[in-house]
Order: sequence, then structure tokens, then C-alpha cells
Amino acid sequence: MSAIKQHRRAGFPWLWTALAFGYVFLYAPILSLIVYSFNESRLVTVWAGFSTRWYGELMQNEQLLSAAWLSIKVAAVAATIAVVLGTLAAMTLVRFRRQWGARSMGIMVAAPLVMPEIILGLSLLLLFMSMADLIGWPASRGQGTIIMAHVTFCMAYVTVVVQSRLAYMDASLEEAAMDLGARPLKVFFTITLPVIAPSLVAGWLLAFTLSMDDLVVASFVSGPGATTLPMVVYSSVRLGVSPQINALATIIIAVVVVAVSVAGYLMYRQDKQRTNMQ
Amino acid sequence: MNNVVANAEQEPLVRIRNLSKVFGSTYAVDNISLDIEEKGFFSLLGSSGCGKTTLLRMLAGFETPTEGRIFIDGKDVTDLPPYERQVNMMFQSYALFPHMTVADNIAYGLKQERMARPGRDERVREMLSLVQIEKLGHRKPHQLSGGQRQRVALARALAKLPKILLLDEPLGALDRKLREQTQFELVNLQERLGITFIVVTHDQEEAMTMSSRIALMREGRIEQVDSPQRMYEFPQSRYAANFIGNVNLFDGVVTSQSGDQVLVDSEEAGGQLCVRHSQPMTVGMPITVAVRPEKIRMVQAGDDLPNQMQGVIREIAYLGDESIYHVELASGKRVKYTQPNVQALAELPLTWGQTIALGWHADRCGLLAQ
Amino acid sequence: MTGYGGGAGALAGLRARWRRLTVGRWLVTGIPWLWLVIFFCLPFLFILKISLSEPALAQPPYLNWIRETADGLVSIVVNFGNYGLLWDDSLYVSALFGSLQVAAISTLLCLLIGYPMAYAIARAPTHLRMPLLMLVILPFWTSFLIRIYAWMGILNTNGILNNFLLWLGVIEQPLEIMHTSLAVYIGVTYAYLPFMILPLYATLSRLDPVLLEAAADLGARPAKQFLTITWPQSVPGVIAGAMLVFIPVMGEFVIPDLLGGPDSLMLGKLMWTEFFNNRDWPVASALAAVLLVVLIIPFLLLRHYESRAEANGEEAA
Ligand SMILES: Nc1ncnc2c1ncn2[C@@H]1O[C@H](COP(=O)(O)OP(=O)(O)OP(=O)(O)O)[C@@H](O)[C@H]1O
Ligand SMILES: [Mg+2]
Repeated sequence: MSAIKQHRRAGFPWLWTALAFGYVFLYAPILSLIVYSFNESRLVTVWAGFSTRWYGELMQNEQLLSAAWLSIKVAAVAATIAVVLGTLAAMTLVRFRRQWGARSMGIMVAAPLVMPEIILGLSLLLLFMSMADLIGWPASRGQGTIIMAHVTFCMAYVTVVVQSRLAYMDASLEEAAMDLGARPLKVFFTITLPVIAPSLVAGWLLAFTLSMDDLVVASFVSGPGATTLPMVVYSSVRLGVSPQINALATIIIAVVVVAVSVAGYLMYRQDKQRTNMQ
Repeated sequence: MNNVVANAEQEPLVRIRNLSKVFGSTYAVDNISLDIEEKGFFSLLGSSGCGKTTLLRMLAGFETPTEGRIFIDGKDVTDLPPYERQVNMMFQSYALFPHMTVADNIAYGLKQERMARPGRDERVREMLSLVQIEKLGHRKPHQLSGGQRQRVALARALAKLPKILLLDEPLGALDRKLREQTQFELVNLQERLGITFIVVTHDQEEAMTMSSRIALMREGRIEQVDSPQRMYEFPQSRYAANFIGNVNLFDGVVTSQSGDQVLVDSEEAGGQLCVRHSQPMTVGMPITVAVRPEKIRMVQAGDDLPNQMQGVIREIAYLGDESIYHVELASGKRVKYTQPNVQALAELPLTWGQTIALGWHADRCGLLAQ
Repeated sequence: MTGYGGGAGALAGLRARWRRLTVGRWLVTGIPWLWLVIFFCLPFLFILKISLSEPALAQPPYLNWIRETADGLVSIVVNFGNYGLLWDDSLYVSALFGSLQVAAISTLLCLLIGYPMAYAIARAPTHLRMPLLMLVILPFWTSFLIRIYAWMGILNTNGILNNFLLWLGVIEQPLEIMHTSLAVYIGVTYAYLPFMILPLYATLSRLDPVLLEAAADLGARPAKQFLTITWPQSVPGVIAGAMLVFIPVMGEFVIPDLLGGPDSLMLGKLMWTEFFNNRDWPVASALAAVLLVVLIIPFLLLRHYESRAEANGEEAA
């Protein structure tokens, strides 16, 4: 604490200014989206009065709505599979560190986090085509291939999230349970899983968001008839600024803010309960 | 004229005047005035949370005093940042720079004052041998044991040969054996280098062993400043008497004073107590008589001890070199009395339940205000 | 003799190991491992394979290596021509350098903006740190595409920024920022800033403030304290953050496509064009292969410094 004092004397006004500037940089674009989503005019240039007109038009946009529905389905399925696989991978990385495959798994999990999406998309497309050629599966590209592609990079993120929680978890909890006679599978479901549950939720939400947000990989691996929300947004945005997209952005931001607030509140409550118990 | 000269001669190395530090609403340091002489081993002693660290950090410049001034060598340093004070600190956690070798850690302060390379290397070597870790210069802090780290921290703080070395619980992290050995090394170092050491400790034994002067602190204030001997023999308050060593306290009332003899009537003691005391006292004043357990002895036939009382042994604490006996008087008051274990274990003469007579001389006890 | 003994020992070891590998463990490790091998590693082989094929006007638009010639013979044709093309055509080389330049400059910009932010958060009062950090992460949860789109509205010739500056009277003519490299730098820095701040915060928050007091005590002024204590200890975080920005930006497509102009040539965008517009899959694959090779070194750097930062953390804990 006193060290902070020292710093406040040395360079804190300066630092706080930098921080404030950074937040303005991060949030100004988002605020501008929200403000102009309520603009009457089609042009961003002029403020023509308050209106919710674009929200109404958005609700009429069949193409966009069906793409959104597809994206939600894909994201939900992909996130769920990614959580299962990511948890297994995290178990390997934390608990079976010396097992064969753990090292290579570490690299294979780290790489998708930074791998340019465009390489991921292209390589998966080539894989799907060759597989269709060789074994006749997947016969066509679409929802299924998008899900498989999304699981691949989402599980890497889930693994990282779960891994850090597992690493913090006291391994002696599991040992104590085994000592009391529980079989490993039972230990996993009765001890490990409840403890790491918050990280599974966080991982699922992260995976869901990433999947909902993906344009590049989906563009490569989707087929005719499977158009996700980002693909629709992208083709509309390419043509220039569109107030409907502003309205869509505002809805997404609202959903995220509500979700984060709820999650934050739940975590806060859980934390408080935990400290109260001690 | 005469006055000025006398003042200049007496100017202490550190002069603290009306120093206070407030955190929120708590006074960590509360209006302290204190002089610290040059070339001594000065200890700040007190229980946990009494403001020792805060006082030390204000001397180093890490905390700005809420009120008061600090003078070092006659110069007001209150507003100087730490890097402009000729004071160095050895941190309780050692605070070694983890990314630098031991030698680089020690050289760090010298680099800041732009000492040239040859002299710097020479000084680092001297410091390493001073704290007896010549061979460890190339290691990183995490490759050292706790005791070795403590030595590096000491060497680093000494390297600039500061006027004053501040040490915050320097031996806190060491085990008992190593701590006792290091206490003597620290004292030797201080005498050899002639640097003033100001040490924070909550261990009264440590303060007694090392210091030339001790300042006893209590709740942000100074209780007493004295040499270890005077602090032990002539504590000026119940708190001081209790904090350092063991003491028996008898509450009573002054009944008469003749010459340097004061008579105190104490119900707890079951009668009159006689204390040698030269300051004039008012009759009827409530007072406390303090006597250390080792000043008490068993009354032999023919003894004419002025203070005598009888009691029953209720507890015996065997410490090896000596035993502490808790003796219950008729008033219910328990008196602690220690006796060195000169005899063999089986021959120790005293047992539980035994009634014994205790006594002490008038000049072996003191008076404390209530 | 020794050979026999060694063989027996190895066999016993294998058996013991076999017993230890229960079916459960096999499944726990095996399922995600297999998934990653099939969907993440295997595809790279296909990239390599297609990049060595000849383009064709067909579906799919390339020729197999193994072909039956007219006289019934089987021939294997491996075509290195795509890589030659990349080398010869200055378009591809300048796209590579364009990507390197954008990635390097934006990484630097992220560092310049992100370091003070991470430092300030790490030095903020404890109860404020998590909320401040959440504020950095929050934009990341909203759509990437839409956040880039927001910059289109701001940077346009008749966009918010220009209108604002014209209104202020700072400029007479609207600035041409949209469809220039500057717009790409702004967009990339904006989108990747959180990736820089998070690892930086992780290392800076672990730095013991007492070390700075010790440095001050030994005579170091604040600037010197930063250079000799804070900065050296934050280097692993700096490198991890830099790689987390640099690597994905090298292949970035959306930002140069939406914000960039003709002068902002980047590999990702070029790959997209070759693949979707020109339908030249072999060249697109060759580009991907080149990009992969270019990224191996920064990736290894990232792994090294991440594991080092982890080890430091465990030591400190
Ligand atoms: N930075 C701070 N902010 C608020 N209160 C503080 C701060 N530093 C110290 N205090 C308070 O000031 C008082 C004195 O603290 P200080 O650290 O000086 O005690 P100490 O004598 O060194 O104790 P110990 O022997 O336990 O180290 C305590 O009540 C402590 O809670
Ligand atoms: Mg302290």
C-alpha cells in the first residue's frame, strides 16, 4: 500500500491519464455505434433525430434473422463439444503431465490460439474435401463442417481457461476422495467437476462468443445454404455503413453487458459466500 | 555564545521532532520526539503494530510524515525522497532483485552514484567477504538459502557505506541458532564500520543483546529510551517493566519516607515494603513496587531482609538452566521467583505445596507510578 | 547377455507402464488428442500437398499428384511452380513485407498504449484491479467484425472523426484516413490491445513493490527504477504479449479488407483473394505454407516466454 503512495507521488497523474486515454480508445467506437443506431437518418454524417426505425427494419430482415438463428445453433453445439474436449485436454495437461501425448497436446492447444484464422479455415477446407474424396464423409459442407471447425479452435480456449482453474485446485482434494475409497471416475464427477464448474461455464461462454463471431473460418468451410451471421454482416458492411448493423451491434452489446453483469454478480455472491463460510 | 557551541557539539545524528503519521484514522506514529546519537546500535522495540516499521520507513523516506520534522546530521530531510538520503535500509523480506546476480545486487547502489568500475568491483568484493559469502557473487538470489539471502541484503545495504543503516527485523526469518550467531556478527560489524545501526525488533532479548540504546514503543508513542541495563533495572512504567523480562508488581500506598527509604503499605504483599528511592514522595500516594524474580531469594536463618513474606509453591517451570517458581501468598497474589538449578535434578530442594519464605533487599526493587 | 538382459528389462518396463495406463487415462488423453491431430495437424499436410499441385479449371480447382496418362501409365507430378511464382511475382513478396510491417508497427503501438495501462492497473488499489481489467476484456466479448465496422463509421471521409474536426475548425478539408495504412494500424491496434495488456498485467502485478523501494533506497530515481527493475522483470510479459499480437496480425484479413486500401497489401487478404476471387487454390496454399514457416519462430518464442512466466509464477507462489 505504501509503495503505491510512493508511486502516486512519482508518476501517477501521468499513468492515470494514460489509462483513461486507453479506455476512451477502447470504448469510443462502441459508443458511437450505439448512438448512431438511434439516428433517424441513413447517413452517419448527420444526426436527424432519435428513432428506433432501424431496430424495426432489423426485425424484418429475414436473411439476417435466419443467419443469426443458424449462428446461435452452431455456436451452442460447438461450445458444448469444445467444453467436453477442452476439459479432457486440460485434465491431461494438468493431472497426467507425464503421460504420452501430454507434451504434444500442449503445443497443439497453444497453436490455435494464435494461428491466423485464414490458415485454419483453408487447411480445414482442404481436409474436408480430401476426406470426402477418400472416405465419402463429410458428404457436403455446411452446418456440420462449421461446427467441427469451430470446435477445433474453441477447445483450445476452453482448455486454457479450465487448465488454469485445475492448476489452482488443490490436488489433495482428489487424493482425499480416492483415499476414502472413491474410484477415479466417481472422484471426477463428485469432486473435480463441481470445483471447476465455474471455469466450464466461462469456457462455454467464451467458446460460444468465439463461434458466434467467426467470419473467416466459416467462410471457408461452409457450403451453399449455410450462411452464418458474421457472413451476412460482412457482406452488408463491405458495401458501407448501414444503420441496421448499428442496431444489431447495439443489441449484441446489450446482451453482452447484461450477461457479464449477471456473471459478475453471481461470482461476487459466490465469493462472498465462500469468505463468509471461512 | 557558549550555548551555541554546546549545542553544536551535542547535535545528534538523527533528530526527530513531534513526528506523527496517520493512516486513515489510526495514529501509527503519535507525536514522537527522539534523538539518536552517532555510532551506536539503536533498537526500536515494541509489540506488533506499535508503529516501529512506520517510524523506520519515515526515516528511510518511504512514508511522508503527517506532521513533524526529521533532521539527519542537522539537515532537515523530511521532504527528501529516499534516493536523496544518505540512509540505507535492509528490508525485512530482503527485497533482493531476482533478475540480478548477488554481485550486481550489491553493486546496484554504487552504480547509482556512478562509482567507477574498478572501485566498484573492489567494494563488492569487500562486502562479500565482510558478510562471508565470497564465493556466491555470481549466483542469483533464488539459488541461495535464507541465511545467505539475509547476508546479501545486508551487504547491499552496507555497500554505499551510508551514515545510517536501517534494519527492519533483520533476523526475523532466521532460525534460533543462526539468529543468535548473527546477532553478534551484526554488533561486530557495527563496531568495525562505525555506521549507526537503527534496528526494529519485537524480540526483547534480541534488543538487549545487541543494542547500545533501546527505544521502547507503545501504540505509536515512545515509552522509554535507555541503555539495555537501565531499561531492565530502572523501568519507568509498568508497561516497560512488564515488556522486558519478568517482574512482580505489588500495588500499595506510600506511608512514609525517611532519607532514601520509602515505606509502602501493600495489601497484596501482606504488609510493609521497604524501597530505596531518593526522589521525594508524597505520603498517601498510590504506588507500585516492582521486583524482578531473580532479585528475590529464599530467606535463610539470620537474614535481616527488610522485605519478607511467606507463601506456598503452586507451580514450577523447569527451564533447564533455571526454574521459575510461582509462589502463592496469603493475599492470593502469586509471586514469581527464579532460582538457578545448581544442584542435580534429583536433589532440587523445592517441591509443590511446600511453604517457603522469600525476601529481597530494599535496593533490589523500584517504584512505579500507578 | 547384455542384449538379452536389456530386452527383458525394457519388456518389464513396458508392462509396468501398460498397467499404469488405464483405459480411462487413454480416453481422457486420447479423445482430445485425436481430435487435434485430425482437425489441426493433419490439415497442414493437405496445405502442403495442394501447394505442390497444379491449378486447373475444375472442381476442385487443382490436379492430383497421381495421374493416369493417356497410355495407361501412372505418373506422379509434383509442382514447385507455385512457390516459384511467389518468389518471382513482386506482389507476393511485397504482401509478405506489408504484413510484417503492419504486424511490427501495430505490435509496437499496442505496447506503447498497453504498457502504461497494464502498469496503472497493476498499481491501482487492490479492489479496483479486477474491474479495471474487466473493462479491458469487455470489448473482446462483443463482435470483432462489428468493432472494426465501428471504425469505418468513425474514419470515413464524411465520418464522425472528420465531422468532429471540421466542426472544431481544426481542419478545412476532411482527412483521408479510411482506406489507408493508417486506418489499418488503428484498427489492428484497437482489436489486439487486450492481448497485449493481459500478459503484461500478469507479469507487472507479480512485481513486488518493495523491490522499487529497495532501488529508491539505494539511490535510483523513478526513471532509473523503471529501467533497472520494472522493465527487465516485465520482459517475458512484453514478449508474450508482442507475440500474441504479432502472430495473428500476420494473417489478418478482416481489418485490411474493411479499413485498408490499395496500399495496404497483406498476406491474409491476398490469400483470400487468390482463394475466393481467383480460385487459385494451389497458390493460396503455398501462401499459407510460407506464412506458417514465417510464424514458427515467433510461436516458439511465445511458448518459451509463456512457460518461463509460468515457472516464475509458481516460484513466487
Ligand atoms: N500503509 C498503511 N495503511 C494503513 N495502516 C497502516 C499502514 N501501515 C501501517 N499501518 C498501521 O499502522 C500501525 C503501525 O504499523 P507498523 O507496521 O508500523 O507496526 P510494527 O510496529 O512494525 O508492527 P510489526 O511488529 O507487526 O511489524 C498498525 O496499526 C498498522 O495497521
Ligand atoms: Mg513491522
